[in-house]
Amino acid sequence: MKVGVLALQGGFEPHERMLRALGVESELVRSPGQLHELTHLVLPGGESTTLHHLLELFGMWELLRERHAAGELALFGTCAGAILLGRGADARPPRLELLDAELERNAYGRQVDSFREPIEFEGRALEAAFIRAPRIARVGPNARVLARRGGEPVLVEGPGVLAATFHPELGRDPRIHERFLALASNAVLGASLDE
Amino acid sequence: MIHSDTSRAANELNVGLARMLCGGVILDVTDAEQARIAEAAGASAVMALERVPSDIRKEGGVARMAAIEKVLEIQAVVSIPVMAKARIGHFVEARVLEQLGVDFIDESEVLTPADSEHHIDKRAFRVPFVCGATCLAEALRRIGEGAALIRTKGEAGTGDIVEAVRHLRLVNRELRMVASAPREELMAISKELRAPYELVLEVHKLGRLPVPNFAAGGVATPADAALAMALGAEAVFVGSGVFKSADPERTAKAIVKATARWNEPEIVAQACRESGAPMRGQSAAAMAAEDRLATRGW
Repeated sequence: MKVGVLALQGGFEPHERMLRALGVESELVRSPGQLHELTHLVLPGGESTTLHHLLELFGMWELLRERHAAGELALFGTCAGAILLGRGADARPPRLELLDAELERNAYGRQVDSFREPIEFEGRALEAAFIRAPRIARVGPNARVLARRGGEPVLVEGPGVLAATFHPELGRDPRIHERFLALASNAVLGASLDE
Repeated sequence: MIHSDTSRAANELNVGLARMLCGGVILDVTDAEQARIAEAAGASAVMALERVPSDIRKEGGVARMAAIEKVLEIQAVVSIPVMAKARIGHFVEARVLEQLGVDFIDESEVLTPADSEHHIDKRAFRVPFVCGATCLAEALRRIGEGAALIRTKGEAGTGDIVEAVRHLRLVNRELRMVASAPREELMAISKELRAPYELVLEVHKLGRLPVPNFAAGGVATPADAALAMALGAEAVFVGSGVFKSADPERTAKAIVKATARWNEPEIVAQACRESGAPMRGQSAAAMAAEDRLATRGW
């Protein structure tokens, strides 16, 4: 298992810290060469237009897709990272479309509308920070909802992919990162069983 | 509506937004067209202002927050966060900007200060603030007032990186000093620095500032941006450096590229080659004391 955190732009450091608290030393990923060695990659929050721009610029956009499609790379996106993983309810930026869900950007408004609220995850409350957060407008048959806020999905999982519209890395509860690491191992295991 | 004291949760959300801007470039823009260029070049936020710093220096007069219609026009064309500058101590300009729904307010020495003694009580706001700091104590005073993000106070509008470098090195040196000091010396350090004790204690525990620290002032080239990142800045603000360069679009793209992969000389060299000719600039060392913006605020 080799875990990376995309560090081109965004809140990559809190993910690194959360993973370290779980005993996992992650690698900050800035170049395409690093993608070949990873089994798991976190796409952090940040600006989705900037992240898309940089992933394209450095030749990492297609590579990410290919490695994931081959079952070699499990992905976890928070906020902007989640936007990129899903499909677009709006035109910009282009999406990776690796998660069967449709995400709408800045769905709750501007920064003054950002909020923190407890959500229920695996039967227990988890404090969730929603910062200029996207909204999951639709979930397709190849994804399932793991947590909701009100009636709306905020944490969604597909084969080898996990996406949160909030920021578990900014809190103190590591359960969602644990879920990602477990999911990732299964995805990798699943891929090797298929061979 | 005037909010009561910002709650701890709101402060965490604001510092959270600051963290989401790390690794990125925040570009000064004066109209919608520039904002569009900035977003397309990969900027992670834009800063709305009336005139870029080098024009403020040249033209003089009182520099105030941007015109309302300019802020609205910029907000209408980009989806990335929009920041705007308010004068030091001008809490009403800040209230107006908060009403407009800007995502971050820069209480900035680049504008003409409205209060010669007091900064804005930023805890009274829901919107996050970024403030300039030349040293650790100044950073902690601003954080004490509620700033969610700190930036250096490099000499804006000069295209000279020397002051931003000085501030980054000094803040880092003082952070190391506080982190390694025995706890019984922290009160004396707080007294000597003129910094809030609780925040000195927090810095001692964390070994870093409790909020991110970005570089601002004098960044004119991709190499300048990479230098700031190498010295520990977590993102860069670029003012006159882009829209006073020969080819703003190319310069903006190149600075974004060099900032993202600042630690790889090969990439920074590519970015330098792809960049437009930089602004001419003005040496900060040769400037008269009264022309220095960093002395505004304390």
